[in-house]
Amino acid sequence: MSLASIAATFARARAEGRPALMPYWSLGFPDADTSVRVIEALARAGADMVELGVPFSDPLADGPVIQRANQIALDRGITVEKCLDLTRRIRAAGVTMPLMAMGYLNPIMAYGEERYVAAWHDAGADGLIVPDLPPEESDVLAQACAAHDMALIQFTAPTSTDRRIRQAVERATGFIYAVSVAGTTGARGALPLDLAAYIGRVKARAGNTPVAVGFGISTAEHVHQVGEIADGAIVGAALIRAAGDAADPAQAAFEFVKGLRGERGIGDRNGEENRK
Amino acid sequence: MNHNVPDLHGKFGQYGGRYVPETLMPAFEELDDAYAEFRNDAAFRAEYEHLLKTYVGRPSPLTHARRLSEHLGGAQIYLKREDLLHTGAHKINNALGQALLAKRMGKTRIIAETGAGQHGVATATACALLGLDCIVYMGTVDMARQQPNVFRMQLLGAEVRGVESGTKTLKDAVNEAMRDWLTNVGHTYYIIGSALGPHPYPLMCRDFQRIIGIEAREQMLAQVGRLPDEIIACVGGGSNAIGIFHPFLDDEQIRLTGVEAGGDSVASGRHAARFMLDAGSDAPVHTTANAGTDGRVGVFQGMRTVVLQNEDGQIAETHSISAGLDYAGIGPEHAWLHDAGRVRYTSATDKAALAAFHALARYEGILPALESSHAVAEAIRLAPTLDKSDALLINLSGRGDKDLNTIMQNNDADEAARA
Repeated sequence: MSLASIAATFARARAEGRPALMPYWSLGFPDADTSVRVIEALARAGADMVELGVPFSDPLADGPVIQRANQIALDRGITVEKCLDLTRRIRAAGVTMPLMAMGYLNPIMAYGEERYVAAWHDAGADGLIVPDLPPEESDVLAQACAAHDMALIQFTAPTSTDRRIRQAVERATGFIYAVSVAGTTGARGALPLDLAAYIGRVKARAGNTPVAVGFGISTAEHVHQVGEIADGAIVGAALIRAAGDAADPAQAAFEFVKGLRGERGIGDRNGEENRK
Repeated sequence: MNHNVPDLHGKFGQYGGRYVPETLMPAFEELDDAYAEFRNDAAFRAEYEHLLKTYVGRPSPLTHARRLSEHLGGAQIYLKREDLLHTGAHKINNALGQALLAKRMGKTRIIAETGAGQHGVATATACALLGLDCIVYMGTVDMARQQPNVFRMQLLGAEVRGVESGTKTLKDAVNEAMRDWLTNVGHTYYIIGSALGPHPYPLMCRDFQRIIGIEAREQMLAQVGRLPDEIIACVGGGSNAIGIFHPFLDDEQIRLTGVEAGGDSVASGRHAARFMLDAGSDAPVHTTANAGTDGRVGVFQGMRTVVLQNEDGQIAETHSISAGLDYAGIGPEHAWLHDAGRVRYTSATDKAALAAFHALARYEGILPALESSHAVAEAIRLAPTLDKSDALLINLSGRGDKDLNTIMQNNDADEAARA
């Protein structure tokens, strides 16, 4: 588990001429066991990486779908410690792709920043995504992540000035999370018309750091469009909406991710590889 | 002590700062620049001060609560009458200042959150006055307990959007307003209603509320011939408190007291007292009933401050009879003043606040807001222990008309309990 495995994942997707696909799922949603089965299914379906949501009571960058998933997980007793346990179970089940722990800053501070990074490293995560942590305030976590060979993901947004994009690039480890639209997480009908111009601004400054686009991506067509301009596509709310309330969320998640990859078959090469 | 805070990064010691998603960071840089420009702009200040005088009704009077003081038999109690301002609370000082700033910045759409509804009403009022669109987010629990203010905002042309997420109270309204701002960042200005949130909001709010303390100092000297021995204010986010405290921070002989919402009591676990102090207690109160939940340093709604939370860093559900104090985080400057020991924080229970409400009504003919009643409750507790020559100054931050439903329901409950 390391920065190298994130880099290798993007390199492999690039070699295959497609964007790395990174679904998001909230740990503990709809319950602890099911969330583990969903992550295993995502790996089988050919996801390249997974963003593991660490639920928080006040997720201000998230839209209603992920808020609700968080709340259900919290109501069923999810904690940071249990999220770590579930991650260990995911690794024990043979999932080898990079895992990114996505969670807000307050639970991280309550756990202790350095202790938090060490615990996620030990549980098998490759990096942290902290949506309410601007680069200006990220020194403590960045140092702790560096000490454990983990990524601390930096963000850009359509509103970012060139100076802020450069600042994100300078601090970037793993990849850059390019938020596609001004707003919260959530599926949208179409990608923004000016997405290519904005991603172009980021890519022009990103050097070798991969750029993954998230927020509002919900279809195979979106993933394909993102692949034309960026290195990765992140899909969160659309997956939770498609699979969260299904009778068998793991199966529904498997099929949804297959669909995002433009595939219908089961057990393709990549999926087998990610699960070995 | 050094009062030269916040620094350029909005830090009050370790507190404050700016913790928001990247989408909003450029908007904050724009706001920083605009506020730095207008803060020292003579024309902007003149327009603001003119409106405070001719529209808001400043200066607000200072009233000697003669009968209440006599009844308590100790210190003389003085009331800074922010309840007499247009819209009925100190919130208008900040809402109008920020609405003017928004207009100067060319923003056409104003959003706000509200708990008790006073900030929402103040913002709706400022927007009507200045011709700006106004959307107010309000938890549906708060809408139910502050119905008259919901109607008031609608009459003023604002759209009130009920918030159903989380605990459906003030913190959830802030989250939803932030989400709106994330989505509509270009033409929208978010007027945060208290001395909290990401930098520069705590600074702006303090600047616009300092007028309370500046006037009170002049009025104490002119009417009483001396400064007060102690100043007491309620603290939710802490805007009325910082407004009256700030001009007195250097007067080290003056005791400053912030009163948080004690709910059923800190010991019971149903409260919003971030410093975990019950009235009269010297140390944080920890019991089996409130185990796990504590006021710890965290990051909440864009600021680093003391936040009521559980051991896992989830924000605690708070309780208060007063919607305006029912909030898990405290303004960062208060966290700083607490650690510096310059302000003493305590709490008053729902019961003590209600008793204070009735006392002020009967002895002085004033119906205070339930928020302000918490400050009155602490004064009622302290006054008998002090000398008749001592002077207590209370910031009577708002009027109680909006709370009549709550008071009536409480009277019914009391009568039912007696029957």
